[in-house]
Order: sequence, then structure tokens, then C-alpha cells
Amino acid sequence: MSQTSTPSDVASVYLQHGPYGSGHDPHGHGHAEARGHGAGGPAPRRVIVGYGFWIFLLSDIVMFSGFFAAYAVLAHATAGGPTGRQLFDLNRVAIETACLLLSSFTCGLGYVAATRRRQIETQFWMLVTGLLGLVFVILEALEFYEMIQHGAGPDRSAFLSAFFALVGCHGLHVTVGGLWLGTMMAQIWFKGFRPQIMRRLLCFNLFWHALDIIWVALFTIVYLLGAGA
Amino acid sequence: MRLLGKLDWSAVPLDQPIPLIASAVAGGVVVGVLAYVWFKGWWPYLWNEWLTSVDHKRIGVMYIILAALMLLRGFADAIMMRSQQALALHGAQGYLPPEHYDQVFSAHGTIMIFFGAMPFVIGLMNFVVPLQLGVRDVAFPTLNNTGFWLTATGALLVNISLAVGEFARTGWLPYPPLSELAYSPGVGVDYYLWALQISGVGTLTTGINLVTTILKMRAPGMSYLRMPMFCWTSLASNLLIVAAFPILTATLAMLTLDRYMGFHFFTNEAGGNPMMFVNLIWAWGHPEVYILILPAFGIFSEVFSTFSAKPLFGYRSMVMATLFICVVSFLVWLHHFFTMGAGGDVNAAFGIATSIIAVGTGVKIYNWLFTMYGGRVRFEVPMLWALGFVITFVIGGMTGVLLAVPPADFVLHNSMFLVAHFHNVIIGGVLFGAFAGYEYWFPKAFGFRLHKGWGVTAFWLTLTGFIATFMPLYIVGMEGMTRRLQHIDNALWDPWILMAGAGTVVIFLGVAAQVVQLIVSIRMREQLRDLTGDPWNGRTLEWVTPSPPPTFNFPVLHDVHGEDAYWGMKQAAIAQERLYEEPDYKPIEMPKNNPTGFVCGFFAAIMGFSLIWHIWWLVILGFIGAYATFVIFAWQDEDEYEIPAEEVARVDRARRASRGPEWLAAMESQA
Repeated sequence: MSQTSTPSDVASVYLQHGPYGSGHDPHGHGHAEARGHGAGGPAPRRVIVGYGFWIFLLSDIVMFSGFFAAYAVLAHATAGGPTGRQLFDLNRVAIETACLLLSSFTCGLGYVAATRRRQIETQFWMLVTGLLGLVFVILEALEFYEMIQHGAGPDRSAFLSAFFALVGCHGLHVTVGGLWLGTMMAQIWFKGFRPQIMRRLLCFNLFWHALDIIWVALFTIVYLLGAGA
Repeated sequence: MRLLGKLDWSAVPLDQPIPLIASAVAGGVVVGVLAYVWFKGWWPYLWNEWLTSVDHKRIGVMYIILAALMLLRGFADAIMMRSQQALALHGAQGYLPPEHYDQVFSAHGTIMIFFGAMPFVIGLMNFVVPLQLGVRDVAFPTLNNTGFWLTATGALLVNISLAVGEFARTGWLPYPPLSELAYSPGVGVDYYLWALQISGVGTLTTGINLVTTILKMRAPGMSYLRMPMFCWTSLASNLLIVAAFPILTATLAMLTLDRYMGFHFFTNEAGGNPMMFVNLIWAWGHPEVYILILPAFGIFSEVFSTFSAKPLFGYRSMVMATLFICVVSFLVWLHHFFTMGAGGDVNAAFGIATSIIAVGTGVKIYNWLFTMYGGRVRFEVPMLWALGFVITFVIGGMTGVLLAVPPADFVLHNSMFLVAHFHNVIIGGVLFGAFAGYEYWFPKAFGFRLHKGWGVTAFWLTLTGFIATFMPLYIVGMEGMTRRLQHIDNALWDPWILMAGAGTVVIFLGVAAQVVQLIVSIRMREQLRDLTGDPWNGRTLEWVTPSPPPTFNFPVLHDVHGEDAYWGMKQAAIAQERLYEEPDYKPIEMPKNNPTGFVCGFFAAIMGFSLIWHIWWLVILGFIGAYATFVIFAWQDEDEYEIPAEEVARVDRARRASRGPEWLAAMESQA
């Protein structure tokens, strides 16, 4: 209410529309049409969970941006050691990219199957997603292993420190995502498609796609620009 | 490989009496309290109703208890610093050797910011925001409990460093290269890193939780521009947490990699860049200042409005100013190191951005003054803290604008003037705000008021002591005294240093008065009891429920038709000379208490401690435990229980009975 409204103005609003009046929802179970502008009361559980998880993903992207910023500052601080051009194998990175993007697609197929309550199909697509993720992590681990074998480990230069931290942080996310995926598959198998589990599956999908977004930025800024420079 | 990593008996400071006695006393108190609780048979109650609680109100109270304990610990450090300087004039060495003094000032800053101010502010937001929004809980109740226990784990690790090993000697922000392994080979910096990393995760979960709560869970009809001001400032503060704390996580992770695995982010060698740490840490650190102060601004808005019996003046301009500060707080980080040498243009841009923030704050100050103008001001204790804040904060703000001018900053950088400035805004702003909120919402949390006489005494002692302590520090700073000096050889500064020491004694009396206030209030709780749930003639929805509120907060959710929703309802009740008709009570589903958060905190503590001491097998065990906790929590089937309609009706009928015609008449006479 504005500064000039008197107590009786306020009172009349509440007398007409408030608990004295009629037609309000006193139990606030939430309305599907609520879009956060306030008219509808608390949003339904699914909206709250998905929204909260988006906020988490945004914060995770901010954390990655810290590592990206450090990489941008240190990209040329090679301290006389090897550069990205000498180290990066774009063929391997292309396979990694293909695996990860494909896994996002299969992850989506898995969610579609889950919304149709098809147990075997869901399990199949989630398994494919997990295997593609595993191939990605193994390829990345091989890359790290070979670099360290050739004396280009993270302690060689600030550039390599930033590289290993940024790419490794993404790889760690994929690994943790794999653990989560396995747990979800077991839950769906034993408990079926409950609303609570479907909400978690939604969050897992958001997480897996967000890792793709990070990878696209990483692929471009680290590998493409690095191999070209 | 050794079974206990770097840990052996030399870690216990047997040759240093001060930390040894302090940790023995602290440990003794903890053991004594636990034993007393055991002896009294309070464990089941404590475990079932508090430690594992997912009720946002109880979690809020636990946060504030943690904050109060840590404020006392940080204040003990402050007393040691002021007394050391007062005793170490003209070549005297005082009683704290340099390596110990360095740990004291590092611990003081770390504890006060991360484990004093942050939990206090987060505790108040946790307690109040869902009540003000008119809903039954936060978006993610179990996550809320987990966040608390992770914060408590961080606080525990910092305090363990007193008895086992050492704390950082680097200041509250561990600038490299000093904080790198080459110059800080001990475990002090590692304690700092893991304590903050763990509690930082807790803070982030709170940020996500409260942003989601405020944006997605409000009473029907409460559009954004009908939210109470404290909800707005909490929203801004939590948005800043979500956007800024990940930067801290990344930065500390980089320093950890440098120290643990030989990376070169911030080292002097191999292309590392120490100034990158300084930039990154302040890209978090400056928003952190506003994460702390914005909720305090919200508290003052509620207090000024309630105790002036008027709606907040310029509500929309207040919202604008809050969001303006929220955005611009990310554009000023470089003013913490104008001396880096970024050049005149860059420094000027950041200097101007910094000064502009004062415009947003100025808008707020005028709004508060105009809220009081023409109102019927009641000088209750929260109002005293709010008035004290306006005066001290304006002084602190103006010295801040002075420091924002790069040429002046080159002279005052790292001086006692800076120390005086940020204590001026953090004590005068955040702490006074937290105390105002504590006095204001205490009756809501426990159903009785705090003793007014002791509250007034605490306020005047704290205000006087604060001025006596920090005004002299401005002067010695202007005269060139740098911060963090273990002893002082300039006779010109003697009187000011002694005055600051005397001021600390007065603050101590203020702290003591506040402790006495709490004890006296608990003993006199029957005289101070408030049965109505609305002791201050409040305006927002938290005052519509009984005190303490039932688990489900509101028997029915209320429709909102304007700002100051509860005040509107009250006006309607006064006009009708009765409360609205008794509603149709329905059963309510609430989340079950569960120990997930406590168990997570337990494993986080084990992992943190073993990472600090390089006990790798224990790290792995801790990780497996944490993952198992996650799976078990995810596996449970029933996470809600139902409160029957009769119980809901009983609670609401008791509240309605306390708000009879006499109460309505009393409210009308105050309006």
C-alpha cells in the first residue's frame, strides 16, 4: 500500500478479500499455473526442486568460470615448457566430444522412456549414457597420463597447472555424475518411477546437460584456441 | 607411509602455555556440557528435536548459538591483540611472540567473518524468511540441516587448530606467496583452507535454498513488491552467495593444489601469478561484505518501521537500492589493492564505482530517517541498536568513501585507518544489525522477551566501547601506523593505543551485559512471557503465529493483499472488533527430522582433519562414509509425516483465545 493509505483503507481491502471474505486457498497446496509472480502461493514440488537445482548449476558454472579465468591469465605462462600446440591431440578430443554430446542425447532418451514408465528402455539408455561417460573419462585419463609421462605434468608450468585443474575439474564432475547415474539406475530398478525419483532424474538430466555446456566452452577455449595458437 | 600422516605429539603445543590452557579450558567446557547433558538425560530430546531437526526455525536458532560462541572466541582473540599492543610499547615485547600474534590476528578475522557474522546472519534469515513469506518451511529442509552441520564442522576444525598443530599466520585472507608451501610449511594454512572449503559448501547450500524459497514459495498473493524488506535484502544477499561463494571455492582449491600437488597457480616460480589470487579472492571478498550487510539493512528496515508504527518510507526505492548494491558489489573488487599498479585509469574506474555504492546506501539511510519522521517512535532495545547503527555506519561509510579515492588509499593502504574503517562498518553495521534482530525476534523464537534494562545497558556499553576503541585507531592510522604490528616503537601513538585498549574493556563489559541479559531473561521468563505472539505490534506475517511458532508455522496460509500483510489483517480485525471466522482446519504434511546432515558433518570433519594431516587412508574412509550417507538418505521411502487436523486446530484456537477484544483495543491504541 502506498504511504497515504489510512488504516481504514487497508482494513477494507482485507475485509473484502482476506479471510473475512471468500474464495481463497487457505492450505496452499500449490497451483500448477504458479509462475512465481506471487498470485498462486507456493509452487508445486517439481518446480521447486528443478528450480533449486538450476540455481546450483549456475553456481557450479560460476566456479568453473573461476578456473576458466585462471586458465586465461596463465595460458601463456609456459615457463619454457611445452605449449598447448605441442601437447593437444585434437583427434582424441574430437572423440571425447562426440562421446559426451552423444551421451547427452541418450540421457534425454532415457528421461523420455522414464516419463513413459518403461523400465527396460530407461535402464538401457541410462546404461549407454554411463558407458559413453566412462569412455570419455578413460580417454581424458589417458591424455593426462601421457602428458605426465612426457614431463608435462601440472607442476611443470603455470599453464599446465591451469590446464590440469580446469579439465580435471570437469572430468571429476563427469565421474561424480557417473556415480550418481549408477545410484539412480538402482533406485529406478528397485523402487520404480515414483514422483520423488522422477524429480531426481530431472535433476540428473540437468546436471549431465550442464556438463556438456561446460565442455563446449572448454573444448573451444582450451583445445581449439590452444592447438591453433 | 606413516599411519597418521604428519600428525605426532609435537603438534600439541606443550611448550606454549596460552594455547594449551585456552584449549584445555575450551575442551573442558565442551566435555563438561556434554557430560551434564548426559547426566540430565537430555540426549534423546536434543538429538530428536534439535540436532537432527529439519525445522528452519530450530536450524536458525542453532546457527545463532554457533555464531554467539564463535563471536566470544573471536572476541577473546581481539582482547589478546589490543592488550598485546598496549603492553608492547617502546621496545617491550608484551606476552605474545610474533608467530603466535600472527596466528591470533588471522584466527580473529577468519572466525569473526566466517563463523561469527555469517552464521548469525544466516541463522536470522533461516528463522525469519519463511515466516515472513507466510509459508511452512524452506525449499529443501534436509539440505538446510546439512548446511548447518557443514558450517559447524568448519568452526570445529578452526578451533581444533588451537590444540593440535597451529593456525595460519597469513592474515584472514592467505595471500600467496606467503601462504604457499615454501613460506608456510606448517598445517596452519591447511586448517584454514579445509575449514573454509567445508563451511563454504554449507553456505552455498543455504544460498541455493533461500533463493529458491523466496522466489518459489510465498503465501498466496505475496507478489515481489509485497514482500517484507528483510525478504528482499535476504534475496539479494543469497543471490550474492550463489554468485560469489563458488569463486572462493575455486580460488581456495587452486591454493590447495599448489600446496598439496605442486601446482603453480600462485607461486613465484614457473609462471605462477600471486596477484591472480588477490584478484580472485576479492572478486568473492567484496560481495561477501554485502552478503553480510544487506540482511542487516533488512533488519533495520523492519525495526524502524515497527517501532515507528509506520510503513517503511520509500519501499520501492529501498528495493531498487538493495538490488543496485547487489549488482555493483561485483564491480569494485580492485579497491582492495589499488597499490597493485593497475594504472590510473583502472584505479579511477574502480574508485568511482566504489563511491557510487554510497549513493545506494545513502538512499537507505534517508528512507530510515523518514520512516521515523512523524511516527510514534518507541525506544525498545532493537530500536536503540538501529539508531546506534545509523550514526556509526555513516561515519564508517564516509571513511570508506575516503579510502575509495586512489591517491588517499595509497597513503592509508594497510594502515590502522583501514582496520578502523572496516570494523566501523562491520561492527556498526552487521553486528549491531544482528543484535537488533536478536532482540527483535527473540520473543518470536522462545515466547518471552529479553530483559530491557540489561539490553539497554549492553547497548550503551557496546556503543561507547566501540567508539573508544576504534576512533583512536583512525588517528594512529592517519599518523602512519600499519596494521598487524606485534610491538610499537613510536611514542606518539602510545596514548591512542592505550585508549583503544581501555575501549576494549568497555566492550567487554557490554558483552558481559548481553550474556547477563540472556541469563536474567531465562530466569525471569514467566514475567517476560508474551502469550499473543505479537509483542511489538508487528506488521509482517511472522507476528500472526503464536510464539514459539508451531512446526508448521501457519495453521492456514494467509492471503496477502498489500505490503505489511499482517498489519492489514490487524486493521481489518480492529475495524470488525473481532478476528475472522475460524477456518476449516486440515491435516498438514511436514518433513521428518533425519540425521543425514549430522552424519555428513561428521564425515566432513573426518575428511577435513585427515586432509590437513595427510592421513590418506582416513580420507578415503571419510569419502566412502559420505557417499553411503547419500545413498541411504536417497533410499528412504517415508520422508514426511502428517499432523492431524485436531492438533492444527488446537494450536490455532489457543492463539485466537489470546487475541481477544482487549488485545484488539490495545493494538488500536498503538496504531
